[in-house]
Amino acid sequence: MLQVGLTHFLVVSAILFSFGIYGIVTRKNAVMVLMGIELVLNAANINFIAFAKYGNFGFSGQMIALFVIILAAAEAAIALAIVLNIYKTFLSVNVDEIDHLKE
Amino acid sequence: MSESLIINLSVLILFLPLFGFTTVIFLGKKFPKLYLFEVAILTSALLLSIFVLYAKLTFFNVKDIIAEFTWISMNNLPFGDVININLGVKIDNVAAIMLFVVNLISALVHIYSIEYMRGDRYYTRYFAYLGLFTFSMLGIVITHNLLMMYIFWELVGLSSYLLIGFWFHKKSAADAGKKAFIVNRIGDIGMFIGILILFTNYKTFTFDVIFEQIAAGNLPFGSEAWLTAAGILVFMGAVGKSAQFPLHVWLPDAMEGPTPVSALIHAATMVAAGVFLVTRIFVMLTADAMLVIAVIGAFTSLLSATIALTQNDIKKVLAYSTVSQLGYMIMSLGVGAYVFAFFHLVTHAFFKACLFLGSGSVIHAMHHEQDIQKMGGLKKKMPITYWTFLISTLAISGIPLTSGFLSKDGILAGTLAFGKLTGHWLIPITGFTVAALTAFYMFRLVILTFHGEPKDHHKFEHAHETPWVMTAPLVILSVLSIFIFYTPNPISPDAGWFMKNWVKTPTQVVPDNTRYHHMVESTEEAKAEIHGEIVHSVEYTETMHWAHYPAMLMSLIVAGFGILIALIFYTWKKVNADKLADKLKLLYKGSLNKWYIDELYDKTAISGTLNFSSILAWFDQKIIDGAVNGSAWLTRVVSKFSGWFDTFAVDGLVNFTAFFSGFVGFSFKKLQTGKVQTYIVFVIFSVIILLLLFKPF
Repeated sequence: MLQVGLTHFLVVSAILFSFGIYGIVTRKNAVMVLMGIELVLNAANINFIAFAKYGNFGFSGQMIALFVIILAAAEAAIALAIVLNIYKTFLSVNVDEIDHLKE
Repeated sequence: MSESLIINLSVLILFLPLFGFTTVIFLGKKFPKLYLFEVAILTSALLLSIFVLYAKLTFFNVKDIIAEFTWISMNNLPFGDVININLGVKIDNVAAIMLFVVNLISALVHIYSIEYMRGDRYYTRYFAYLGLFTFSMLGIVITHNLLMMYIFWELVGLSSYLLIGFWFHKKSAADAGKKAFIVNRIGDIGMFIGILILFTNYKTFTFDVIFEQIAAGNLPFGSEAWLTAAGILVFMGAVGKSAQFPLHVWLPDAMEGPTPVSALIHAATMVAAGVFLVTRIFVMLTADAMLVIAVIGAFTSLLSATIALTQNDIKKVLAYSTVSQLGYMIMSLGVGAYVFAFFHLVTHAFFKACLFLGSGSVIHAMHHEQDIQKMGGLKKKMPITYWTFLISTLAISGIPLTSGFLSKDGILAGTLAFGKLTGHWLIPITGFTVAALTAFYMFRLVILTFHGEPKDHHKFEHAHETPWVMTAPLVILSVLSIFIFYTPNPISPDAGWFMKNWVKTPTQVVPDNTRYHHMVESTEEAKAEIHGEIVHSVEYTETMHWAHYPAMLMSLIVAGFGILIALIFYTWKKVNADKLADKLKLLYKGSLNKWYIDELYDKTAISGTLNFSSILAWFDQKIIDGAVNGSAWLTRVVSKFSGWFDTFAVDGLVNFTAFFSGFVGFSFKKLQTGKVQTYIVFVIFSVIILLLLFKPF
């Protein structure tokens, strides 16, 4: 019988992280990029929980995961506000078009 | 009466004119009346000097009063001992008499100048210069060492220069001042070398200490030749100042200065400073040095007397006469007639100052006409000037009852005795010839100026006797040319107080084998017997006695002869002077042109100096300037190179850096897309690369 161990959690987390990165890098819509960020954050959360379960760290992992969730919520709020402002300025949320940082 | 009083008074007399000078030169512009202050100062100095003379002769007749202080003290010198340089004052009878003479003539000239110089643009400055001159001259008189002597010697030269060139806007006057200064400088160099020879050997400048050392047998560099050389070199100073051949050329030119200045400086006092210097160093002169001095003096007196015969400028005649009389004094010192030389210095100072001031009076009356050929008949117009001038002329010609007769006679007797004792007969012969020439040219001067018919009627009509401030000094000076002030016996100066009590020939300190055998008794017994009293040998004294009457007789004859010829030529006109001049054209031309000595100097010394200077100038321009310009050129080349280096190497590096940065920036700017997602990809790849590189697992 397949025993679910730390490795499985880490693999799930790595897949999730890769999807997140893929989303960040490839999506054109700024909102989709934000969702990619959420995936990356949650991948990190899985890692924290997994290490908390299999390591001898007490509740630190769970505590940090809670913090990350709160942080992600706050970040999502601020990021959506920024996206709204970007839309106001550029009338678009297509990150390909927002390249004013170019030289 | 104490010694310190005399010293203090002498120093006060010395500094009074300096005080006058500084006051007048600085405040004279604001207060034009200040010249009276200068006159007052000189008058008070005169009164003080009369007192000093009286006190010195009465209370300290045989004692020299000396006061000194250490001016510079040098220790730990590389060549051993300590050197103290002392400054000080020596008042012996000679100095006291000179103090009086200088002050008297200076005061009279001051008074005289009040009128003579009236209306001059630089009136107060003139009086200031007179004060400076008097100060310097008094310094020479009272000093007790060679250093101060030299300092005041140069100061006298300076004030003489200032006063000769007083009318500096006239080119001739400015040139004459320069000439006097430069010619004097030549003599001064010799004097300076002489002083340094003495100083090197004796480590002191003080006369008496040097003489003591010589007397103790300590000769300069241990040799008699050096002693002779030192004497002659110091005498060179006198050659310059007293206008002796070959440096006599400046004195006649110095007549460009105001006439009272000529009287004070170039007749009575400054030119006598040379004679005074020789009297000061007389005791250290060897026989050889004395012979040189005698020959130079004799030659000068003859040379300038022959020039004076034909001059037509009233002041030039007197100037050459002065040179001639100074030559007389120098000659007299050279033959050992010390007392008569000094005596003649004093008497000459009075009558020659009188003659010059008289000529100034004439020039003033004739509205600056100086040519005696254009004068004549002034006797009636200017009686006081005429009579005083005549008395002085008699004195200089050596006519009995005058002071000049006494002193000149003494000098001639001295030369005669010298001739007899040493066999140098040329010197007395020269002396008598000059006496005849002097009588001739002086009477020529008097006759042409004051007698006969006036030649320039316009000027004659305007001529008038000068005011009393000008005639009073004439009267005083001419009265002092009468014998009674010097001796009660009008034919023998030996009986007089001047010779008998006041001035005595000092004992020579040179080694026995280097002096004339007749100067000092050589046997030991005789020395012991006459110790401190008579310094000459019995032989010399007897010879002087023997020479006295023949000299007097002959001097009378030659003077009478000279006067007679002058009368024949110019009063009775038995012989036409111009025709005679035509016959003796060569001699006449030579005399008129001063024997071409100036021209000779122009051709040799002066043009030589100029040529040498132009060589130096060429050297300066070509070599020195060339070197300077070359170095400038070199600097320019180096600068060009370094400029090139700057432009290409340094700037190139800087520009290259900039260019390189630009290139790099240009190449990599493509990376900056402005797209956040690209950046994230970079970050991720970077992280992966870092992880691979450092392999934490």
